[in-house]
Amino acid sequence: GAGQDVGRSCILVSIAGKNVMLDCGMHMGYNDDRRFPDFSYITQNGRLTDFLDCVIISHFHLDHCGALPYFSEMVGYDGPIYMTHPTKAICPILLEDYRKITVDKKGETNFFTSQMIKDCMKKVVAVHLHQTVQVDEELEIKAYYAGHVLGAAMFQIKVGCESVVYTGDYNMTPDRHLGAAWIDKCRPDLLISESTYATTIRDSKRCRERDFLKKVHETVERGGKVLIPVFALGRAQELCILLETFWERMNLKAPIYFSTGLTEKANHYYKLFITWTNQKIRKTFVQRNMFEFKHIKAFDRAFADNPGPMVVFATPGMLHAGQSLQIFRKWAGNEKNMVIMPGYCVQGTVGHKILSGQRKLEMEGRQILEVKMQVEYMSFSAHADAKGIMQLIRQAEPRNVLLVHGEAKKMEFLKQKIEQEFHVSCFMPANGETTTILTNPCIPVDISLGLLKRETAIGPLPDAKKPKLMHGTLLMKDNSFRLVSPEQALKELGLAEHQLRFTCRVHIQDPRKEHETGLRVYNHLKGILKDYSVQHLPDGSITVESILIQATAHSEDQGTKVLLVSWTYQDEELGSYLTSLLKKGLPQSTP
Amino acid sequence: FFQYCLSGHPTLPCNVLKFKSTTIMLDCGLDMTSTLNFLPLPLVQSPRLSKLPGWVLKDGSTFLDKELKECSGHVFVDSVPEFCLPETELLDLSTVDVILISNYHCMMALPYITEYTGFTGTVYATEPTVQIGRLLMEELVNSIERVPKAQSASMWKNKEVQRLLPAPLKDAVEVSMWRKCYTMPEVNAALSKIQLVGYSQKIELFGAVQVTPLSSGYALGSSNWIIQSHYEKVSYVSGSSLLTTHPQPMDQASLKNSDVLVLTGLTQIPTANPDGMVGEFCSNLAMTVRNGGNVLVPCYPSGVIYDLLECLYQYIDSAGLSNIPFYFISPVANSSLEFSQIFAEWLCHNKQTKVYLPEPPFPHAELIQTNKLKHYPSIHGDFSNDFKQPCVVFTGHPSLRFGDVVHFMELWGKSSLNTVIFTEPDFSYLDALAPYQPLAMKCVYCPIDTRLNFIQVSKLLKEVQPLHVVCPEQYTQPPPTQSHRTDLMIDCQPPAMSYRRAEVLTLPYKRRYEKIEIMPDLADSLVPLEIKPGISLATVSAVLHTKDNKHVLQLPPKPPQPPASKKRKRVSDDVPECRSLKPLLSGSIPMDQFVQTLEKHGFSDVKVEDTAKGHIVLLQEAETLIQLEEDSTHIICDNDEPLRVKLRDLVLKFLQKF
Repeated sequence: GAGQDVGRSCILVSIAGKNVMLDCGMHMGYNDDRRFPDFSYITQNGRLTDFLDCVIISHFHLDHCGALPYFSEMVGYDGPIYMTHPTKAICPILLEDYRKITVDKKGETNFFTSQMIKDCMKKVVAVHLHQTVQVDEELEIKAYYAGHVLGAAMFQIKVGCESVVYTGDYNMTPDRHLGAAWIDKCRPDLLISESTYATTIRDSKRCRERDFLKKVHETVERGGKVLIPVFALGRAQELCILLETFWERMNLKAPIYFSTGLTEKANHYYKLFITWTNQKIRKTFVQRNMFEFKHIKAFDRAFADNPGPMVVFATPGMLHAGQSLQIFRKWAGNEKNMVIMPGYCVQGTVGHKILSGQRKLEMEGRQILEVKMQVEYMSFSAHADAKGIMQLIRQAEPRNVLLVHGEAKKMEFLKQKIEQEFHVSCFMPANGETTTILTNPCIPVDISLGLLKRETAIGPLPDAKKPKLMHGTLLMKDNSFRLVSPEQALKELGLAEHQLRFTCRVHIQDPRKEHETGLRVYNHLKGILKDYSVQHLPDGSITVESILIQATAHSEDQGTKVLLVSWTYQDEELGSYLTSLLKKGLPQSTP
Repeated sequence: FFQYCLSGHPTLPCNVLKFKSTTIMLDCGLDMTSTLNFLPLPLVQSPRLSKLPGWVLKDGSTFLDKELKECSGHVFVDSVPEFCLPETELLDLSTVDVILISNYHCMMALPYITEYTGFTGTVYATEPTVQIGRLLMEELVNSIERVPKAQSASMWKNKEVQRLLPAPLKDAVEVSMWRKCYTMPEVNAALSKIQLVGYSQKIELFGAVQVTPLSSGYALGSSNWIIQSHYEKVSYVSGSSLLTTHPQPMDQASLKNSDVLVLTGLTQIPTANPDGMVGEFCSNLAMTVRNGGNVLVPCYPSGVIYDLLECLYQYIDSAGLSNIPFYFISPVANSSLEFSQIFAEWLCHNKQTKVYLPEPPFPHAELIQTNKLKHYPSIHGDFSNDFKQPCVVFTGHPSLRFGDVVHFMELWGKSSLNTVIFTEPDFSYLDALAPYQPLAMKCVYCPIDTRLNFIQVSKLLKEVQPLHVVCPEQYTQPPPTQSHRTDLMIDCQPPAMSYRRAEVLTLPYKRRYEKIEIMPDLADSLVPLEIKPGISLATVSAVLHTKDNKHVLQLPPKPPQPPASKKRKRVSDDVPECRSLKPLLSGSIPMDQFVQTLEKHGFSDVKVEDTAKGHIVLLQEAETLIQLEEDSTHIICDNDEPLRVKLRDLVLKFLQKF
């Protein structure tokens, strides 16, 4: 899911033999089979538990976790499911809400039950931010702060030196209640990023806030009613903080309501998980908890018919069901009223229809609803815009990028931009497609300290252009790799060294005594081989490093001396050089 | 690998570890027992304290009577209380790279280290540790600064003078190093150097060392630390608990396979059972209140107080105490109560489950809501209006030398109806009470120390099996007052290495290996050879790159093509560069096959002679001799380079390279 589409996020990653499923969402635009991901892509007939090493949920929005009970309890998965603490706390509540709307209100059967949600949540392991969770011996995952909603996280998945980062939904600018997403320069092989606002560069948040407040204020002033469809958790809290402070400053009296019992509970979650909010709220919470609202009261269904102005936050956010849709139907006919859509709407929802300009809606039972109220769209949903996505790529420095959770046309544009600016490959597979990314993993081995010290003791080389070679023997035994010195390798294998020695006879014309010839050879070599240790031994022989040279008289010809040059294979180059040097003879004039 | 021990206090440790190329400070605890030698700082003028007689030497000289006062046979310094700092001379503390904090009690000396020693590194601690540590420091600074004291005594510290003083002043160590409390700007500066970390977060230090905090189960955010490279692992266990109180349980499994385990912060009251103490606390409290008396609980503003409030929450109704007010007085009381509710992720499973509901994890939220528990920043202001007796007061400081507790000691000390209950184990309660004697008030000692006791330690060590244990010397012998209790010491094999203040230990381990990465293109070029079943080898000639303590092996660059035509070079240009090593050889050369090979390569006059150790192969025409032995081959020939090279390569074919 989420391939060139927004909805039912569900991505399967195979990395170094491990299989990880990222998110398990539902699609708000469909009511048939297509609302859930097609898990037969994972395996046709095997058990999911055998195939998947773990499942990771990025945040509590239903398009990221809505299919989880179906997946784990109805299709069948018993492995670990990872999510952050706030997600673990809030996710079951939204799932239950979703189940109620689908089963109790729409009367669907063959849907997951409350018990299934509970059983599913028992498989969840909560993770801390930045905690390295060892899923098994090779697979580790790590969560980073993603902003977006309370508890939203990006996840790094790592096996050996290969890694993938999945962003989930994220926000690169701090808002009134959450901080900005952050990741270190972790250089993943692949970054899977959402791209909801792939082509948008949004104006400053302040402007949008001012606009929003102005529109609400104007409508209330002229006695109109404002409907703000939201999801219970997330944008709702940000907008509440915004209206609360505005009402206080302007001393406004019009009532603000928040629908559904979820709200108070929702605010409570924000209070208890305040460490996940932005710095300002965290710093001042002892004096004033921003989630204790004075002006915002609980909504009762009867209030919708009250005369006079009011502002109502109602769920769900895309006007596809529930209370927000009910209120919308009541108020849509009056041009004094206004509906403000603060977030993205999926195709097929009422929200999407009115935003695309449709003013006559066909409701259930062929009823036609005429929309006279003003329709406003304010992008408050906390997704990164194009600038933010580029910023995250700059932070993480991935080798490849893969875009999900967006519209194909917009993705195409962003893909080109990414490829141009960062010179990395960028992919945007559709649902059901597989993208293969080649990695170039380096191989970690154990090097014996003796060998390493021998090499580093020589110190930095004077000439960087002529790097020095290091020699070692790589021992490979049951998956363990050790780089040791050749001597140690021989010893460990219980093998003896085979010594290969060469002795060359070099004839030179020199009538002098043997020891004088020796001295001449010594002086000659000493003059040329300045970087080598050349020694004249008491017995008349000469050594150059470990190469031995002896001058002997020729058995037949007194005018000829035989130089015996002897070296081992390890000194091959020097030995070979010496023989050819000596063959050229000794210089005529010697001091 | 060294450990420098800067503190002698086993539960307020301060050690510095030199590990690979990094210098790591483990905790910086502040020994506050030094304050017991000082007179209390009263919040309101205390006639009793100001009338105490000056101390007079045996010979009648009175030159110290302004600095030292006598109370019930004890001598106290009449001055701003001072603390005993960790050793600062043992090593240059500006070379410390990082400081790892294990819990909020073990960071109280932080401003002295970060602000006065030239420290430029980073401090690592969990979020609850920092937040609550800040509260403890704030309370400390506040309670000392709000009682300005004109006098700062220093004469008594003179070595010659100190010798003449009665115990314990006579025996106080390093009094010249004692320091006054730091200020809030210093606290803020110190805390700004902290980087927040989460449990099981791997933090890389200079590419050489990785440090990881683990849950230690003792307090909110308390941690043990793993300090490791690829091949060595040091576990630092400080202030851990296996009891189920409010914090997340201790992570024991991650301590396994340690080369060295440094063990500090065990229980200070090994003979007391915390559960029993809590029971005694409740019953003494109830008894006093029922008789119309007041209860004073000297305490820190965070930690055990949460557990005590939780017990009382369950206890007060059944004990008929619902109408008794509970007061919590501290400049940080409100913050502490609020902060305790927001650290869901650091709490035990039961409390986490409550947050998921969502409900506040600690029941003191309800006590506050129902007005049973009230909190005030100090005794001044609202408290004086609300104050009703009999009541229960929680307030600091447990040393009874400063803070609001001093006021209540003066106020209630004269009546035997009242009770002071000591729950914090850091100070000897008799010493704490000394400047208040004679006292009519009842004193109950219920120390609650949830840290590991010796039975739990020996279980833990059996479980995690470190190669070596390092601990303060106090843990290697029974307590001085109970020398027969050989069960009250660490018992392990090999025996624990002990340390004392100002000592340097050499830690026993030896590294043999280091991690290195082979780049993919180099790996591709390697030719592995199976030498024995299951064991393969490949010779590697590569360029070693070392950066940030990480080693990488790369494919050697291709030799540049020699320029086609160049002027004659000088002789010395041809000198081979530094010795480039050839691989070692191994194997032996089968005689018959070797001869066959020679013949195949055009040597027609091969003659073989047997020798004692092997064979000699003669190539008559070439005047060449090849001695073949089991482990050596010697080629003796005229200076005919092409021939020699040809023979060399034929021999090499039979041998394995290393």
